[in-house]
Amino acid sequence: MIRGRAWKLGDDISTDHIAPGRYFHLRNDLEKLAEHLLEDVIEGFAQKINKGDVIVAGKNFGLGSSREHAARIIKIAGISCVIAKSFARIFYRNAINVGLPLVELKETDEINQGDELEVDLERGVVRNLTTGREYRFTPIPKFLLEILKEDGIVNYLKKHGTFPEV
Amino acid sequence: MGKTLTEKIFSEHTGREVKAGEIVLASVDIAMAQDGTGPLMIKEFQELGFKEVKVPKAFLFIDHASPSPRRELSNSQKLMREFGKQMGVVVFDMGDGISHQVLAERFVRPGDLVVGADSHTCTAGGLGAFGTGMGSTDVAIVFGLGKNWFKVPEAIRVVLEGKLPEGVYAKDVILEIARILGSDGATYKALEFQGSCVEGMDVDDRLTISNMAVEVGAKAGLMPSDEKTREYLKKMGREEDYRELKPDPDAIYEQEIVIDVSKLEPLVALPHYVDNVKRVSEVEKEKIKIDQVFIGTCTNGRLKDLEIALKILRKHGKHPDVRLIVGPASRRVYAEALEKGLIKEFVELGAAIIPPGCGPCVGIHLGVMADGERVLSTQNRNFKGRMGNPEGEIYLGSPAVAAAAAVTGYITDPRRLL
Repeated sequence: MIRGRAWKLGDDISTDHIAPGRYFHLRNDLEKLAEHLLEDVIEGFAQKINKGDVIVAGKNFGLGSSREHAARIIKIAGISCVIAKSFARIFYRNAINVGLPLVELKETDEINQGDELEVDLERGVVRNLTTGREYRFTPIPKFLLEILKEDGIVNYLKKHGTFPEV
Repeated sequence: MGKTLTEKIFSEHTGREVKAGEIVLASVDIAMAQDGTGPLMIKEFQELGFKEVKVPKAFLFIDHASPSPRRELSNSQKLMREFGKQMGVVVFDMGDGISHQVLAERFVRPGDLVVGADSHTCTAGGLGAFGTGMGSTDVAIVFGLGKNWFKVPEAIRVVLEGKLPEGVYAKDVILEIARILGSDGATYKALEFQGSCVEGMDVDDRLTISNMAVEVGAKAGLMPSDEKTREYLKKMGREEDYRELKPDPDAIYEQEIVIDVSKLEPLVALPHYVDNVKRVSEVEKEKIKIDQVFIGTCTNGRLKDLEIALKILRKHGKHPDVRLIVGPASRRVYAEALEKGLIKEFVELGAAIIPPGCGPCVGIHLGVMADGERVLSTQNRNFKGRMGNPEGEIYLGSPAVAAAAAVTGYITDPRRLL
């Protein structure tokens, strides 16, 4: 079970917002790159969040470049899950591959900054403990959930030697 | 039942007939990573315990920050060169050009499945290949296994009818598509282009359109492979790579968009989103001052693009307050532009020529703007901070729109300057 405080972001948060290109030279030092996570959206974001916090965004989260570093530094910074109305395709796949849970939820507008959230990935439920409201989402497809359970595709392949069954 | 081009290519690479929506294990023809994603790809390749590269054509490109502007990057580029030597993977190094352009010139065949750790790998669609961007780990898996899992996407048929008016180019067509679909209108889907405009279009223009398929969220943007494709491959000295490949007439599409291109005008994408598209004829009334113009990138850094820009610039000259940067997309484009005297003309007009590669589009070198400045670029993205400074603004347009801004110093309709 995932539990954390909500950080509200808007629509179309790009990989340039998440991992700005001007820190290109930090891509081999992900801990350092993670210090700059989303800093063009919320100043000092990486320093403000607590371990386990949840990003709650609008539509098309993660659009733009293929940089997997974006998904990785969200996880490294301590974010436990990203909830958004929708995700860009490459980001979605990268996040699953590096073991960062994602939730597609239409009702993100009903979640406020700082709300305490609980996410059950397998059952497809988000509970807002602050407002008392509960939301259902289509659970992550089993194929991807298997990868997520092993904390990413590298661990999965090392353990099982092949991809999950479709 | 008929197949889309996407379904045909995935069927060939899966060894059975597949339909949109299926998750398949497909073999890959070409895989690549660049200096922004390559070091992580190599790390994961090693982490997975792979000992050899199994994809038929694997490449590494040092095109993003090259020649290296920083010590950290020099070290990671060194690592890429060493991996290349060790694994027998060809490394295209500084000055060779942008991965997508080099792949189009030398390697991509109609019907190929191409993956790259770079979102603009969809450029390969201009030659009738299924090209798609993935993360470093996914590409590492392809390097090691020669295959990966894919969801066969549904396709949107984009019908481009008519003839482009004077002063309107392929870039305006894809900006119009971005305006219609928005930045997520094709998420998880492929675009398949058809229609009389496509049939008349050369591969250089097709590459421009396919390049930006990802800007509407698409997984790929495919052109049919036809006589224009043959012409291009022949020019590149590899006509034997040609085969005709088109979708079936009764293929099932998720939706269809029809655009009469003869009604299009020059367009510009305003900050900070690619789908924030307006007509230049409207925008020019606001007299938006431009500090720097960049003509280049995998979107519009081909010979044709340089010629379009020069047509306007040689007639009117460059405004003294505008910094003009020109970046040929590949070594081949650079050599051809030199031979034709285009580079000399640009130099004499006051432009700075940068080595073939991604240039300032990456945001760390070769033209980072100052706070409050505006750049008009022929590139594909204008996200906040993209070019290295979140306090600056990026406007996107065709080489003609870029050249017109370099002439007057503000966003200007290029049709008056032709």
